[in-house]
Amino acid sequence: MASSLRELRQRRKSVSATKKITKAMELIAASKVIRAQQAASKALPYTRELNRAVSALATHSANLEHPLTTRVERPRRAALLVLTSDRGMNGAFNSNVHKTGARMRARLEEQGMEVKRYVVGRKGIGYMKFRELSMAQTWEGFSDAPTFANAHEIADVLIKDFLTPYEEGGVDEIHAVYTRMESMLTQTPRVRRLLPLEVVEGVTELGEQDHIPQYDFEPDAATVLDAVMPVYVRSRVWFYLLQSSASILASQQRAMKSATDNANQLIESLTREANQARQAEITQEITEIVGGASALAESSAQD
Amino acid sequence: MAFDSSPLRVEVVSADGLIWEGDADQVIARTTEGDIGILSHHEPFFGVLVPSAVEVITSDGNREIIAVDGGFLSVAENRVSLLNAYARLAGEIDQAEAERQLNQAQLALEKGDVSTETMQSYHRASAQVRAAAKAAGRH
Repeated sequence: MASSLRELRQRRKSVSATKKITKAMELIAASKVIRAQQAASKALPYTRELNRAVSALATHSANLEHPLTTRVERPRRAALLVLTSDRGMNGAFNSNVHKTGARMRARLEEQGMEVKRYVVGRKGIGYMKFRELSMAQTWEGFSDAPTFANAHEIADVLIKDFLTPYEEGGVDEIHAVYTRMESMLTQTPRVRRLLPLEVVEGVTELGEQDHIPQYDFEPDAATVLDAVMPVYVRSRVWFYLLQSSASILASQQRAMKSATDNANQLIESLTREANQARQAEITQEITEIVGGASALAESSAQD
Repeated sequence: MAFDSSPLRVEVVSADGLIWEGDADQVIARTTEGDIGILSHHEPFFGVLVPSAVEVITSDGNREIIAVDGGFLSVAENRVSLLNAYARLAGEIDQAEAERQLNQAQLALEKGDVSTETMQSYHRASAQVRAAAKAAGRH
């Protein structure tokens, strides 16, 4: 009985130590997620201005022909960019990403495409390695605080691959799996086609009297298009990275909060059990003493 | 369009956010074709910039200098937007740091490393050094 009391107390101690850690991680994630959300909203003007520029170009030149917007008749190889986290402790975040990624891969393979993987985040790399899935390139170390330079690097690799012909190992399509930060409570993994780009004309609604400005391009529309397209791809990747990083931290906060809640519950029930054990021990001792005393009294009475 | 004397509305946007916005009388930038000055009510324009220091003459007579390593300048309906992922206000450039990066990039270039990354950092650093010098020289 005494040993079980000690064991219970020991377990309670270890659970409360774990609780301290998860609580701290929850608070850290909470403060980081605000920063990540701010970074994501700060990047919006850049994306907005670029979208405006691209739609201006699209309205200007009716036939928007560019290597990055050209679709291949029969795509044979596709790249899948998967954005995961560097560290665990964020609930189902990574497994949701992988689930969505696997579904996309199955769909691409159904269409007769070979899939090439690009992975961001240590967890994703580990997942692929464990399953012995080949990866074309990986990046790690910036999942919760990406910089534009990271997005720049990734986008340039993808663009280069896209522009390489199939025969030389290039890809015909690029899809990205990222997690969209809908709110602090919901983050949904999504698949988006990154390349070939789909240019949506007239993103801004034009009223009756509004006229589409006839832009003067310098040096000329084709060169401007050449310059804008890669930048546009980079800004897409940048957007995906920022969304994923905010989602990682939000999931982490949620996962750590439920871990802390669980620890609290466990501590409560362990305390109850320990109290019960202690009480039982005391009762037993009393019974033993009383029993011993009465045995003594009986034996002395017989004398 | 009625001709009034309303100033240009300028927005400088980098990948990390809006770094400057305000009213201006003139914007001077360098495109691939050469320097261009944008005044109020300029016709719609879209240009590709080269790494340089862009000058914005604000309505209250001040000058803002912005280092860009490329990017775009778009003008429409009296709005100017300067779009460059690595745009930096001259006032926020650490001159010593920029010079150090410039030296580093130059060394790499001399060693025959002509990768796009080195070229980019060379252009970025040189634009920043120029912008910082410009801001310091004429204020």
